[in-house]
Parts: sequence; structure tokens; C-alpha cells
Amino acid sequence: MRESATFDRSVIADIQQAARTGVYDIRGWGAKRAVPHFDDLLFLGASMSRYPLEGYRERCDTDVVLGDRHARYPLHLETPVTIAGMSFGALSGQAKEALGRGASEVGTSTTTGDGGMTPEERGQSKHLVYQYLPSRYGMNPTDLRKADAIEVVLGQGAKPGGGGMLLGQKISDRVAGMRTLPAGIDQRSACRHPDWTGPDDLAIKILELREVTDWEKPVYVKVGATRTYYDVKLAVAAGADVVVVDGMQGGTAATQEVFIEHVGIPTLAAIPQATRALQELGLHRHGVQLIVSGGIRTGADVAKAMALGADAVAIGTAALIALGDNAPEHAAEYEALGSAAGFYDDFQDGRDPAGITTQDPELAARLDPVLGGRRLANYLRVLTMEAQTIARACGKSHLRHLEPEDLVALTVEAAAMARVPLAGTEWIPGDTERSGAGPWTGVHGA
Amino acid sequence: MCGIVGLHLRDPELYPRLGTLLESMLCGVVERGPDSAGVAVYGDTRRVPAGHAAVSVLLPPDADTSVLDALVTRAGDTTVVAAPVAPEDLVARVTAAFPSAVVVGAGRELTVYKGTGHPRDLAATYDLAGASGWQGLAHTRMATESAVVPEGCHPFSVGPDQCLVHNGSFSNHASIRRDLAREGVRFDSDNDSEVGARYVASRLAQGEDLEKALLGLRETFDGFYTLLVTSADGFAVVRDPIACKPAVIAETEAWVAMASEFRALAPLPSIDSARLYEPEPGRVYAWRR
Amino acid sequence: METMTVDLATSTVRELNAELHDPSAKVYEVLEPGGAHAVAAGVDTGITVDVRGHVGYYAAGMNDGGVVTIHGNAGTGVAENMMSGTVRVTGDASQSAGATAHGGLLVIGGSASMRCGISMKGVDIVVGGSVGPMSAFMAQAGRMVVCGDAGDGLGDSIYEARLYVRGTVAGLGADCVEKEMREEHRAELAELLAAAGLEHDVAEFRRYGSARLLYHFHSEHAGSY
Repeated sequence: MRESATFDRSVIADIQQAARTGVYDIRGWGAKRAVPHFDDLLFLGASMSRYPLEGYRERCDTDVVLGDRHARYPLHLETPVTIAGMSFGALSGQAKEALGRGASEVGTSTTTGDGGMTPEERGQSKHLVYQYLPSRYGMNPTDLRKADAIEVVLGQGAKPGGGGMLLGQKISDRVAGMRTLPAGIDQRSACRHPDWTGPDDLAIKILELREVTDWEKPVYVKVGATRTYYDVKLAVAAGADVVVVDGMQGGTAATQEVFIEHVGIPTLAAIPQATRALQELGLHRHGVQLIVSGGIRTGADVAKAMALGADAVAIGTAALIALGDNAPEHAAEYEALGSAAGFYDDFQDGRDPAGITTQDPELAARLDPVLGGRRLANYLRVLTMEAQTIARACGKSHLRHLEPEDLVALTVEAAAMARVPLAGTEWIPGDTERSGAGPWTGVHGA
Repeated sequence: MCGIVGLHLRDPELYPRLGTLLESMLCGVVERGPDSAGVAVYGDTRRVPAGHAAVSVLLPPDADTSVLDALVTRAGDTTVVAAPVAPEDLVARVTAAFPSAVVVGAGRELTVYKGTGHPRDLAATYDLAGASGWQGLAHTRMATESAVVPEGCHPFSVGPDQCLVHNGSFSNHASIRRDLAREGVRFDSDNDSEVGARYVASRLAQGEDLEKALLGLRETFDGFYTLLVTSADGFAVVRDPIACKPAVIAETEAWVAMASEFRALAPLPSIDSARLYEPEPGRVYAWRR
Repeated sequence: METMTVDLATSTVRELNAELHDPSAKVYEVLEPGGAHAVAAGVDTGITVDVRGHVGYYAAGMNDGGVVTIHGNAGTGVAENMMSGTVRVTGDASQSAGATAHGGLLVIGGSASMRCGISMKGVDIVVGGSVGPMSAFMAQAGRMVVCGDAGDGLGDSIYEARLYVRGTVAGLGADCVEKEMREEHRAELAELLAAAGLEHDVAEFRRYGSARLLYHFHSEHAGSY
């Protein structure tokens, strides 16, 4: 027997399901296919030509200021690892509270999502970013003024160009009430904003948001990674203080699998484009900050994203795992749902045994927000310490001093996308500016 | 992504004021497109005397225009060459003298100025306020996917006395560009709007009028657009069937005007008594001289 | 009552809005708006604001309690996301008037262009003239009254909002159907017309709302999405 590489078992199962049900697969959890990723990059630690900092003794700072271009009150975070936007609706109230607790404990920000701001989340979040989305579910100016920053969402990495779909199982009375919709219906979220389209009109929308909040709050613009170079330039032209770029590995509560797997570009490929756009505008590291998300798991990922040009990163899926998502203790229940611990991705259907991606009160009660918050804080601290470990090894007293020249690539694909040389060479595929232009892996001068 | 303004004068008494009116309109859409600006003026006898043809062209900075034996005015990136010959002969004369020149407008009455920089500064460079004429349009650009260079600025004038300005972005322009290229059409920029202009020019060259050509464009082009298209005797506006990009039309006995936003129309004379309306999606609005 | 006048020929929109957000008067008059954007956006008290002239985008945006009257035309997104209060436009309104508004009353004396009341979430909108295509698109809650005609695609993908149209409807959007006018509907329509200061016979209106066939996703309906 020989399995077809084209029609393998999972393809056959998908076709069979489509034929049986007439519905495509909707799921969460982000892209599952392998794409060039941070794992394909390595750091060049210091040895003779550069000098490392002493671990645990010599300082390696991690703080970041977001949104100091126009806002009276920019965000001052202690670690550059933030929590990405995830909606109340997709997540339970307890999960949102736990995210707020964990983020606040380490001095970073968390983000609302489609559906509005919950008191649990506002109450527990020291720094809360309020997403301003096409659907405007639960959007109100009082909450806007309560937020610490405003994130205008154009798209997300899992589905650039697409709107949302929250299936009826998750539209509890409370979710329905917040979104002004009948309970239990399959709720669609728009893909375009209702009162502006394009960067020229976005500039006027951002002006309105600033006027309503008296120019106090940073305004972020979030895009799914596609034509990132142009999108970042246009976001800045429209007035963004911070640009958030979400790569295709970014998770989602629910969207079509075909969208998750086939639209957008990998995070690794998006960051150099975004960085170049900001550099050409003279705003990189000075004026406009770049937050990158989509597949950040470890401190190494954090450090690599920052070396490529990010000022901060955002985590979503990893944060849910830290809270207890896909935990082995629920193995039997995952199996009862036709999945397994480590594989569960049906965030759309509200039956999450871990009680995180659900609106079922009994399931949601399984997550202790205090304990969840502590677990998240632990994880965020580990990410930060890991990133510091790498930065010190590269001789950096601040995470943001990491730069592309500290990196090499393991594969030709990653070298081409990240625009760093293939390890042991000076070759950056397709880069006429840097290829062979000099010893990029060494130091210059004294 | 951009700001558009256009003014078609019905009352000849306003002709001497075309430039000042157009400049004040342009200032109303500066924030929509701070990268660059272009203007087109029909009937500016100061730069195109009666009986002359005019060619607007991007020349190398060191070009010696004395070889052209023509009336030459230079304004920023653009040079306008006028001579009492047929427009196509003047184009041939200019391109023979300067093979790398990019012709950005040609005709019997049309002058086109385009360049990168702040629109207010460019209006001064062009001496827009000093222009007279019967029709004009202007564009401020926030570049989307093509370079911020003079060649990528609007208006796109690719047929005799024709101009097109665009706000929005076409989503299938690359395919149409390939089709037109196969038919022998040549392009000066990588701008999606140029594809629209080349398409309209090819239809007008086949004998269609402005309205018919724009109906054809509506059937062929996908994406979002508000277009203002002008010709030797016409002024037309069309929006895509979804019509997300803004447009306001104002009409009085003395003029017809179109702009991305009302505030660009606010300075026009008798605006308070004008008939103001927004063009409906997918409908072609055309006026003739 | 003392009226404070702000002339936008000499003051900036920022100065105006800063004053309106921390008001020292109860009644304001705004002169020479000249199509400016975000005029009187973010009002969150019960002040009265009269704007004399045409305004640009997002006039009275996110209004929460204010009584704002535009004596002229309004640009895109007038009273967008209004929470409460009243916004009146004596002339015409551009696209997306009252978009996503949760409450309050928006009255447009003239006509509104495309997408009037898009994603409305509880606001009442009364239009003296006509509304453009795709009005009440994805309208979730609230009432919309159109005394003139409605453009194509009225109420496409509508949820629970109720629509009343006196003139012709160029075409109904997906899942939007004509519904019976019962006594309670005539009563609420009369109330809305009275609130807007318009006089029409309620018998001349027809009611439209959701057929609720798209509330659950089925691929057989793919053509309707």
C-alpha cells in the first residue's frame, strides 16, 4: 500500500466531510501547515569579536514605550510580550479575567476583541488595549475612554480580508446582549469597517478617535500579514502610532480552514517588510512601534522577532495554552469530543473542556482566573527571561538592541524571507544590497 | 488612495478664475493625499496660445529645451511645450529630442503638471493660481502599491486632451494590463490607475464616447474606485458598484464640480445655492461642454 | 440660557471638541464649519450644539446625550455609533449615516446616501427624504423610517431592526422581507415621525424586517451570503 501525497488521508477525510455535510471546516488554533518560521533562524552569540553580558548580573532591560508619537499617555510596558486581542464570546469571562491578571502581574498589556470590553477584563488589566473592529459589537465611547490604547483592526493573520463567524453555540444571552443580537444565532462579523474604507478615510477615522478621546490614547492599526510593506506605510500615513502585524500562523477563535491555511504570509516573512517600511519613513525605533504576532511561543521567538525589527510581540494561542488549554488532565474529555489533548481546535463550538473557549457556565467555571493568571504570569516571565538570555549572549543591554545582523538562517527559504544570511555564509537570497557586500556576521572597526 | 477635485465651468466669466478656484479646492483634499499632487488645466492660453498644441512632459533635469523651437514653461518636475503644430507632431518632436522623456499629457488645450511633494507647495510651483481655462482637475495622492515618483502621480493623461484621476484601488488591473499590453498598449508606470486611463483611451480611440467607455470600464475593472475623467469636451464621474470611496458633486448654472469631500467644494462661488449630491454606485455621470 | 459661540474660521476643531467634552456652557453655536471633520464628536453630556453650515466626516460621532443640529449637509458617518441624545441634519447626509449607533435619535431632513444605518444597534433613524443603496445593511436593532424612497439592497442581512419606508424600494437585500403593519407598528411609526417633527400619514408606509432565514449558516444559502 502506498498513500498518495496528493490525496492523503486528511484530504480524503475533508472531501468526505464536505460531501456529507455541505459545510467547510471551521476551526480555531491558527495555521497547522509547516511554514518557514523562527525555528529556522539562529542567533550568533558573542565569543571573541563581541562580548557577552553576564547572565543574571548585568542588566538587560526589557521595557518598551508604545504610542509616544501623538498620544498624551503612551503605554509603558515592563516586558515587550503583550496579549493579543481575543474576544469575550470566543473566550469566557474567566479566561479574559485570567489574561488580565497574568498580564498585569508582569506589567504588560492585554487586548479586548470583537464584542466589547468586559468589567472583568478592565478591572484586572493594568494596561488594556481596546479593539475597534468592523462589527463594532459592544463598541461604546465610555469604554473607549476607559481604555489605555485603541487598536483599529483591519484584519488578522489567520484571515486577512475576512470577517468573523461566531457560531450559535457560543452566543449566550450575555454575549448576545453585548453584541445586540438574538441569542443562539450564527453571528457574522464584517470584514470592512462600516464607515470608512481605505487609508485616506482611515486617517479621518483616526482623527475622530483622537478627538473623542482628547488625544490621550495611542492608536494602533492591526493588519493581517499580506502586502505588509505597503500596508505598514499606509497605516502610518493614516496616522497610526503603533502598527500591529499578525502573521498567518496567528490563531483565531473560528474561521474557515481554507482561510487559515491559504491566505496570508508567514510572520517571519512579514517582519522584514514591516521594518523596511518603517525604516524608509524614518520611524523605525523612533516614532512608530511595530508589534508582531502569529506563532510566538518561546523567548527565542520573542528575541528573533525583535531582532528582525519588532518593538514588541503579542501572543494569543500560547497564552491560552498557558491558561490550561489542551492540558493533558482533560485527555478523556478531548477524546470524547473526537479530539485529543494537544489537538483540540474546535474553539468555535463552545465545548472546550478546559473552560477557556466557551460560554457554557459549567465549563467556564473550571478555569480559576487567579490560578490561570498566575500560570500566564509565569509563562510571560519565562518568555522574557529567555529573550534576555539570548540578548545578553549577543552583548545587548536592552532587548531592542537586537538586530538582524545577530541572526543567521538554517534554510534558504528562511534566509530569503527574513533577509538574513544562510548560516556560515554571507548569502541572502535575492538581496542585492547585502549579499556579498561585506562581512555582515562580524564587527566593523574597533 | 487619494483626494480628487474637478471643476467644469459653464460660465465664461469664471474662466480667468479657474486656477484660483482649483487651488482652493485642492487645498481641501491635501490630507487625503500628502505624497504628491497633479493638476490638469484645459484652455490656459497663457501657456498654450490659441492654435498651439501642448505637450506636458517629464524631462531629465539637465535637458536643453532650446532645441525644441517651441514655447517652453517649466514647473517643478513637469515641462510644458507648446507650438503651433498638430499635437502628435509635437509629441514626436519632444520624444525625438529627449528619448527618455515621459509624456504626461498632450493635446490642443490640455496642460498637465505632476510631481512629488506637498500638494500646497506643488500648487505654488505650478502657479496654479495663475491659470485660466474652462475645465480642470487635481489629485492628491496617498500611494498604495506603487512608487511615489512623478510617473506614478495622477492625473493620467494617455490620449489626446484626456485625463483620468482615481481614488481607490483596482483589484484585477494586472490582468487588464497584460491584455492591453498584448494589444500593443505601452505603460509609463506600475500604477493601477494608469491601466484605467489606458483602457479608457483605447475605447475612446475606437470611437466610443466618454460615457460608453466608462460603462465598459465598469464591466471590466474590479475593485473600488471613484473616477473623474475629462476629455476635450467632457467631464465624467463614475464609482464602482459598491461605492466605498467618497464623491460629492455640486452643480450650479455657472459650473459643475466634483470632489472627494465637501470641504473641497466649500470655497466655490454660490456653493450655498448649488445642487449637491453623491453619485450613485455604478452610474456614469457625464457633462459636455 | 447663555450660548457660547465657536467660530471654526478662527478656532480649531480640537479647541471646539475640548470645550464640548468639558462644557462651561449648556448651549453652543458653531460657525463656519466648512466641511471640517469630527465636529462635535464625542459629546457626552446633555448640551445643545447648533452647527451652522456643512460638516465633513463623523459629525457628532459617538454622541452620548447631546442634542446636536447640523444646519446644512453632513459628510460620511454622521452620528456614527451614537449612544443616546439627538442628532439632526437639516440637509442631506452622506454615506453610513448613523452607522453602528446604539441609541438616540438621528433625524435627516433631506436624503441620506448609501449604507444609511449600516449595522445599526438600537438607534432610531428618521429620514425626511430618501436613502441610498445598501441602507440598513446588517441592521441589528432599532428603527429606521424613510419618508422617501429606498435604494437597492435595503436591509441586506438584517437582524432585528424594523424598517418603515413610505416610497418605493428599489430592491430588498438578502433575508429582508415586507412584513405586516400591525397596530403597534403604526403607533411606533407615528411616535418616530412626531419625534422627528415630520407629518406623514402612517398608512402610507410599509414595514420591512428580517425573514430570519440566514440566522443559521447553511451552504444551501451560499448564494445569499
